[in-house]
Amino acid sequence: MLNISELLESIKESPYRDIVIRTPHTGCLSFPDLAIGAEVHGPSSQWKNKPGTLLATLERERNPKPILAPEKGELVELHTELAGTFVEAQTAVATIRHRLTREEVEHIILQKALFLFRAPERAKYYFTPEMDKKIHATESHSVKVRDGMELLIMSRMKREVHLQYSGPDGVIYAIYFKYNENIDAGAPLIGVCTQEQLPAIQEVIMRIKTEWAGR
Amino acid sequence: MIDNNIEKRIVALQERLIYLKDIFAGKHADDSDLLQDRLASFSRKLRSDEVSDPYTDIASMEDLFSYVESKLDSSVTAMDRVRIVRHPQRICLRDILENVYDTFTEVGGQDEYSLDPSILIARAVITRHRGKKTYHQPVMVIGQEKGHGAEFRNGGSVKPWGNAKAMQFMRVAETEGIPIHCYVCTPGSFPIEDYPGAAQQIARNIYGMAGLRVPIIAIISEGGSGGAEAISLADKRIMLSHGYYSVISPEGAAAIEGHLKEGERASSELIEHCAENLHITAKDNLGFGYIDQIIQEPPLGARPWHFEFFRTLRQEVIRATDEVIISTRALPLLKTLAQNRHARPTANLEHLYIHWGLSAGARSRLVALRQKKFLRLSRSAASDKRPMYNKVMELLSSYITKPWNSFKYDFYRKHQRKIQTFVEEIDNEWETFKYRLLSPWRKFKHGIEKKNNAKGEALMALSEWTKDSRRKKWNYLSPRYKIDKTLTCPNSAEYGCLDLWGPDLFGEFAGVCSYCGYHFPMEPEWYVRNVFDKDSVIEFNSEIEAGNPLSFPNFDERIRKAQEKNGTRSGCMTFEARIAGIKIIVAMFMGTFRGGSVGAAEGCKFVEAAERATKNRYPFLAYVHGTAGMRIQEGTHALIQMPRCTVAVRRYIEAGGLYVVLYDTNSFAGPVASFLGCSPYQFAVRSSNIGFAGPGVIKETTGMDIPPRYHRSTEALARGHIQGIWDRRQIRANLKQALRTIGGRNLYYR
Repeated sequence: MLNISELLESIKESPYRDIVIRTPHTGCLSFPDLAIGAEVHGPSSQWKNKPGTLLATLERERNPKPILAPEKGELVELHTELAGTFVEAQTAVATIRHRLTREEVEHIILQKALFLFRAPERAKYYFTPEMDKKIHATESHSVKVRDGMELLIMSRMKREVHLQYSGPDGVIYAIYFKYNENIDAGAPLIGVCTQEQLPAIQEVIMRIKTEWAGR
Repeated sequence: MIDNNIEKRIVALQERLIYLKDIFAGKHADDSDLLQDRLASFSRKLRSDEVSDPYTDIASMEDLFSYVESKLDSSVTAMDRVRIVRHPQRICLRDILENVYDTFTEVGGQDEYSLDPSILIARAVITRHRGKKTYHQPVMVIGQEKGHGAEFRNGGSVKPWGNAKAMQFMRVAETEGIPIHCYVCTPGSFPIEDYPGAAQQIARNIYGMAGLRVPIIAIISEGGSGGAEAISLADKRIMLSHGYYSVISPEGAAAIEGHLKEGERASSELIEHCAENLHITAKDNLGFGYIDQIIQEPPLGARPWHFEFFRTLRQEVIRATDEVIISTRALPLLKTLAQNRHARPTANLEHLYIHWGLSAGARSRLVALRQKKFLRLSRSAASDKRPMYNKVMELLSSYITKPWNSFKYDFYRKHQRKIQTFVEEIDNEWETFKYRLLSPWRKFKHGIEKKNNAKGEALMALSEWTKDSRRKKWNYLSPRYKIDKTLTCPNSAEYGCLDLWGPDLFGEFAGVCSYCGYHFPMEPEWYVRNVFDKDSVIEFNSEIEAGNPLSFPNFDERIRKAQEKNGTRSGCMTFEARIAGIKIIVAMFMGTFRGGSVGAAEGCKFVEAAERATKNRYPFLAYVHGTAGMRIQEGTHALIQMPRCTVAVRRYIEAGGLYVVLYDTNSFAGPVASFLGCSPYQFAVRSSNIGFAGPGVIKETTGMDIPPRYHRSTEALARGHIQGIWDRRQIRANLKQALRTIGGRNLYYR
């Protein structure tokens, strides 16, 4: 059985994700005035259309192409020794140390601790009326599911199909879909954990919420 | 204890002081300090009962205020006028309705419970007398309502649906046959694209007003750009002496002149400089001929307590409506008599009743007069360097072509159709008979062909690559095809497009990404040479030259550079051409000439082209390689092209012409909001952007962030602004098809 507390401790020891930036193709590299340790930012604005920090420029066939930071973080490596040289594709240019946010840590833990029941195709999903009543009446954490149980209705262009749950028995910990919203195929619909694991997960999530505050 | 009446008068003086300080924004501090000190001292004395005759003292205090206001009135600058019309104490439309008209009923919403509270529509009545008889004359009053600082009024910045509402009630007035009084009090239109779309709705309004069969009087207080044009194409345009009428707000002009980026603010000096050089005042516009009359306001501008001003306004509005009605009279003698009677300064218009209804004939004359009036405007602002010989020859040829075309199309074509139908029917019968007759011979021939299957083999074989004829596909290639470099498609992150080699991209691919279909911008020449039949393009009016009619500082040099760079004298090229033998007139706006901005010269060329298309009965294509809007450095000379060119388009369409617009690269602002947006057939080249204002302006005026690709042609298509999107390589074929399918019985083609 997965030890969630240990998992959290291991994340806390190194709450970072190192992102290695590589060249998309061959070309000649040049670098802007950036030093190791500098703070860089990823794409911003509501639609993520404002580009991130410029890390390097890769020029091939007189076509300079910017290499931009994909995430917020600290620049821990910048291979300025490659400046002016011709490099192969997939050459490491820089490494960004991205500090994990609270949502990301929660996501990592839940991904490992929960069984995710995924959408078989792109459609809108609803709970069956009985399930819906139960979920509204009580907390979803107390709603039990078992393999083969009729759980959801898949609705696409007014075509409604009843969907049976397949997976380990347990309780619904998280619901990932919203009313009247299309869910892509393969996206998680619900996260299920065993009754025994529930207190441990709740405690860890609570710890994350308090300990990651302000980071 | 202070008398309540005195208290009220003190408050009024305090408000006048605040107003004075606000409109001069720190200037003339000596005068405002003096008034402040005097008023404070008077109030203090009054409260401590040191004043023996408060009524005399307050009267002399009011006289002092009036004296200072009169003194400062002569030093009001253009920017001060902008602050005057935007001040919450400025008269608003409701004040006018209450004081100028006898009664009124607000229609189309009330206060904040309205589709758009920034536009106010009312059915109002003016009561006049003749002898013992009383006449109630109804009018439709439409105007932007700023309110006295009411936030929901949005400063008179009308949303697209507000302008649509205005148009709706103009149509109601037309049905009822009553005059329309438009009060223009807007800093500009609210620049959003939601249906019906800022630009497209203004275009519909201008187009509608160009043919509205009732008298329209426009009274301009704040005439801000396209928003003003949406309700100001009128038979008579009157301006309030302290108002402004401009192509762009001085702040907007300063942002462009100062090359400011998003979020940066222009300095007050630069804004003042722009306001001065844009020539936005009533006096300037009367000089240019874009307004017919100025109504003098009280010193420092009219405020709600200036009742004498409302009386003057009422007289002038009645006079203007009467004059328009009189101008449509068919009998010259009666017309002159009535005009003379009204021209007398002592004439009491309250007792000079004139019926405001028009006969069918008078309505037609009214529309014709309005259209001619606008077509005459701004001719001197464009530098027409056509040789006299050419002008004379053109005039002479029109004397011959006009009757010839009338004979050819109005008489001969009518009978020709009957003959053609008869011949076609005979031909069909003959073909059927021939088919049956030759049937045995075809069977025999088909047997021989089956044996010789060489053609089929050739189709199955691999293509030959012995000679690279790929580049011969186009008559003209962009000069960029000679540059050995690769380019990255802007959609590469999304669609994974690989880099494109320049010579391929700008040669064979015609600037189209072969992975996602993104269209890189191409030169105007590419279209001229590749869309139309080879050697069929004949340019005309190339001698009409863009200039600097307002002597805007440093602008001569910038225009000269644009002319050198493009090798043309203006941003609009007009030519006659053929597509698969179909003759067509084209007006092309080049995005490479100062962003494709439209000034007096471009407008003049467009109008001439529309008139030529009408005369020759050819289809008319406006190809917009790119346009950034009206040329702000030409001020109202550029702005007036919006109604002017739309009038030309309306006359052309009503004469039976087929007007097609094709947008490419970026098309924004004034032209889209007038003579382009009014076309019933608008198409766009793929990857182009169409809209009213760019993202920066939208952010600044509305505070909204807009999503990327907000103005993309696909969005415009989804909103219903355009009718289709064409691939650049298919423009010729699509145009050909459009001319053949849309061009019908009553449209000019071939």
